[in-house]
Amino acid sequence: MAAPDPGSNRIAGALEDIGRGLGQMLDAIGSGAVLFGQAAYWVVMGRRRKQPVRLESVVREMVESGIGAIPIVSVLCFTIGLMLALQGIDALKQFGAQQQVTFGVALSVTREFAPLITGIVVAGRSGSALAARIGTMTISNEVDALRVMGISPVRFLVTPSLVAMLIMVPCLALLGDVVALLGAGLYISADLGITMSAYYDQVMRAVTVSDLMQGLGKAALFGGLTALVGVVNGARVQGGAEGVGRVTTSAVVQSIAVIILTDMVFTFVSTR
Amino acid sequence: MSAVETQEARSEGENVIEVRDLVTHYGDRMILKGVDVDVRRGEIMVVMGGSGSGKSTFLRHVIGLERATSGSIRVLGREISEMNDVETTEFSRKLGVAFQGGALFSSMTVGENVMLPLREHTELDRLTMEIMMRMKLEVVSLAGFEDLMPAELSGGMIKRAAFARAIVTDPQVLFCDEPSAGLDPVVAAALDELILRLRDAMQMTIVVVTHELDSAFRIADRITVLDQGHILITGTVDEVKNCDDERVQDLLNRRFEEEELNADAYLRRLTGGGPL
Repeated sequence: MAAPDPGSNRIAGALEDIGRGLGQMLDAIGSGAVLFGQAAYWVVMGRRRKQPVRLESVVREMVESGIGAIPIVSVLCFTIGLMLALQGIDALKQFGAQQQVTFGVALSVTREFAPLITGIVVAGRSGSALAARIGTMTISNEVDALRVMGISPVRFLVTPSLVAMLIMVPCLALLGDVVALLGAGLYISADLGITMSAYYDQVMRAVTVSDLMQGLGKAALFGGLTALVGVVNGARVQGGAEGVGRVTTSAVVQSIAVIILTDMVFTFVSTR
Repeated sequence: MSAVETQEARSEGENVIEVRDLVTHYGDRMILKGVDVDVRRGEIMVVMGGSGSGKSTFLRHVIGLERATSGSIRVLGREISEMNDVETTEFSRKLGVAFQGGALFSSMTVGENVMLPLREHTELDRLTMEIMMRMKLEVVSLAGFEDLMPAELSGGMIKRAAFARAIVTDPQVLFCDEPSAGLDPVVAAALDELILRLRDAMQMTIVVVTHELDSAFRIADRITVLDQGHILITGTVDEVKNCDDERVQDLLNRRFEEEELNADAYLRRLTGGGPL
């Protein structure tokens, strides 16, 4: 009997790996969708079933994922606004159109950069923390303890985080808008010699409510996706502390990847 | 009622748990291979066996954390396998479970941990819940520790706090996973006393999973011995002690069962199955 060709074995192995990876990805998407459905069920039906989603838990999560992220989101968005102004003026100077920089900066900040930077920061802070928390609780039987006490882990652990992210990430993105535009404005007014009040008028003329809502809508989507990716990864923990580290890393990487891909699709659809 | 009469009442009592022909798998590996167990109202049933015998798997299936491959599990007259997730969640409130590692929530104080089932399932005011919490902590000799975090407790205290949380809603059935494991003999004996007190004072039906022989003989009304997914015997402490089955006696006399290997098989194992 002829020996199997090593080349074809390698191809078969690679195809098998791709298939397995694809299967795992579809499984994770399915789990995320089910989780979102269950969380929505508890938000709507919790009170009727005398198991409400606790407001205090939602507020605690809002403080944790929202208020705690204000400094870093502010610093990063201010810097991004400043950089956009720098690059914008430098590029437009070649055409003698540097006076138009505000238009470009205002649109790119509100539609793109503020929600994206905020989403990535929240994925790194809160998505990882959520994955680590759920992972640790899973391996120490705390999730099982909830189940046997008749407490739905989705209602008790997942829903408050999801609701908090859906509310706080757009709020942070709005803050990011303001801070980034402030950063850009300070540079533009100094470089082009226009007053901050004139800059403010230019921003108001450039940005419509629809631009703002596009950015904030994306931010809400990023928040929801970050929470779901964190929980799905945390619930899949295997092993001990090493497993928790692994799911935490994979939650951050997947959240950022999902945020950027979703951003691309969202931008493509909304600009058609 | 005298102790003998109480014992007789238990032996004639209705079955609170009925497990029939339970078969379970983890992946391709069969863990429980057709297990039948009855637990009567008000008794302490100890499920005993060595490591890997399937006793923890048995417990996880009876409390509804895992789905069986086949067989029937009836608890308080309800078939566990026929319940959906929502029904299982509702039903779980009638049960109390004390996990091996305690499974206390590390972000909550001991008191908040114990009060959690009350907070989630009742509409009691805060003061009443706190009184009930302190009463249960008193039962497990942890009065005054309600403001500590779980990380500040010793192993025995964590287990006792887990007991307090498990009994705070006065469940009809209490499950305990390895209550004495890893504890010094004095603390282990105190936990045994606590289990006996819960049965006698609160008429609870208690299922204890353990591999600690001393503890099992001290607290059990009846013992089920599991080995490699099969039940070797179910009976009273005396019946188990006097059982002729060699594997039961191996377990009771702590005899390690050595696998007989010939020289070639031993060498193959050392080389990881590769060529000799």
